Amino acid sequence: MPKQVYTKLVKKEKLLDDLYKFSVEAKEIVDIAKPGNFLEIRINENLDPFLRRPISIYNLNKEKGILEFIFQVKGKGTQLLSKKEEGDFIDIIGPLGSGTFKLEEYKNIAILGGGIGIFPLYELAKEAKQDGINVNMYIEFRNKNLVVLEKEFEEKSSKLTITTDDGSYKNSGFAIQYLERDLNENKLDAIYACGPLPMLRAAKKLAEERNIPCQLSLEEKMGCGLGVCLGCAVKTANSPVDNPQYIHVCKAGPVFDSKLVEI
Amino acid sequence: MNTKINFAGIEMKNPVTVASGTFGYGREYSEFYDLGKLGAVITKGTSLKPRPGNKPTRVYETTGGMINSIGLQNPGVEYFASYDLPFLRKFDTKVIVNACGSSVEEYVELCKILNTLDIDGVELNLSCPNVKAGCLAFGTTYDGVKGITSAVRKVLDKPLIVKLTPNVTDITQTAKGAENAGADAVSLINTLLAMKIDINTKKPVLANNTGGLSGPAIKPVAVRMVYQVSKAVKIPIMGLGGIVNGEDAIEFMLAGASTVSIGCGNFINPYTAVETINGIEAYMKKHNIEDIKDIIGKVEMN
Repeated sequence: MPKQVYTKLVKKEKLLDDLYKFSVEAKEIVDIAKPGNFLEIRINENLDPFLRRPISIYNLNKEKGILEFIFQVKGKGTQLLSKKEEGDFIDIIGPLGSGTFKLEEYKNIAILGGGIGIFPLYELAKEAKQDGINVNMYIEFRNKNLVVLEKEFEEKSSKLTITTDDGSYKNSGFAIQYLERDLNENKLDAIYACGPLPMLRAAKKLAEERNIPCQLSLEEKMGCGLGVCLGCAVKTANSPVDNPQYIHVCKAGPVFDSKLVEI
Repeated sequence: MNTKINFAGIEMKNPVTVASGTFGYGREYSEFYDLGKLGAVITKGTSLKPRPGNKPTRVYETTGGMINSIGLQNPGVEYFASYDLPFLRKFDTKVIVNACGSSVEEYVELCKILNTLDIDGVELNLSCPNVKAGCLAFGTTYDGVKGITSAVRKVLDKPLIVKLTPNVTDITQTAKGAENAGADAVSLINTLLAMKIDINTKKPVLANNTGGLSGPAIKPVAVRMVYQVSKAVKIPIMGLGGIVNGEDAIEFMLAGASTVSIGCGNFINPYTAVETINGIEAYMKKHNIEDIKDIIGKVEMN
């Protein structure tokens, strides 16, 4: 059940020119949140920007009740959010979404992320590693200047593969190429992915070809974030072309079994 | 202080309701507060058969509001009756079903079923801008509104509210069509037909190209239309369009609305409807108003 909290920004970190990490006190949310859940954040008390902003959870500090999220400045809302300072209050609803990452009984998993899609994968990797699961992590950045939190992701994975699209740092090319290469040598129990749509499509295709369970975290424009407005629709797999059926990212997702959705 | 009001034959504990399509069937917001605080819940637009809705992107923020083209996605009346209605009935509030269809026959069939259910009233959705047949055929002319309202009236004994579209030249004409066909009340306004373009892709942001604008951006238009309709018909009015607090609600009531509805104001703050009720009471206290009815239509024109 989601909670609304009006809470203090306790730590603000600028990771890149347009990338911020916020830590807030939110025990009520942290206690019940699972990897893959997201938040709806109200930018201010004014009516413009009007809607809340859906933002994924980066880390749940269960001991201290601290919630961490990372966001990129993309438009007016995130621009204003980035102006908040430590000590300022933020109105947050969460945890949202019933579709979260499920670890099942897996022993050896691959986690694939790209760009800002890597952040919701951190809590997943952390919990998987705590459970003794072998975590093979593949994360992709456009170039060297955009590589962030390498040490953090390294700590939470058994093996971390970083790629850059232009080859300016570590491995060159798409992260999924490296995942596929490893898959040819070792069996994987599941693939988890969050990132740009082409990456998710490739992950879905690869997983289905190799008959490996795959969980995808999806994005779609949202109105309410609660499952009420039915805005964030995603087509269900195998639904008839002339009568497409939809489920919603905010309520059924944001994490879906890749076989259930058409992307 | 009395905030009770009889609206279209429905006894409400206060004049605040939640608008169709912004509250689902109540489950999500019941996790934030007791729905029994509300005067009434108006359900998501419900049709005879399930509707899958439109292709995404379906929603987009605009200045002071949002545009949507959901396309009346809903699970159909049968599902509603067996799954959602028993849930809503657990709360001490009135349940009004927003009914939508794409032909007179479909509306009549649907309302025959609704007439047998344990609900308090029906809001006839003749004004969704995102479903072609729903709006263009019935909602925009005096004859269109009168025709379908009459057909429904014959099979529906329960209170009947007709929801009007603002996408017309003269909204008092469609309001009169509803009144003359025996509607118990009208609700207005539905969303304003709108479009937003992404200047980089040069494409409209919604997959359906156009959608309905809602939110505080449309409130002055809605208040004006409520005022005009209040002067044109004798049946009561439910006012909506961009209400986010008690002050907004009072404005609609002064213009002539007997009740109000919170729409996408629910999205930005789940407690908007409850805070609106509190805001109305605070206004009454401040202005020494004993009975809520003494606010309705009390605007003093220049």
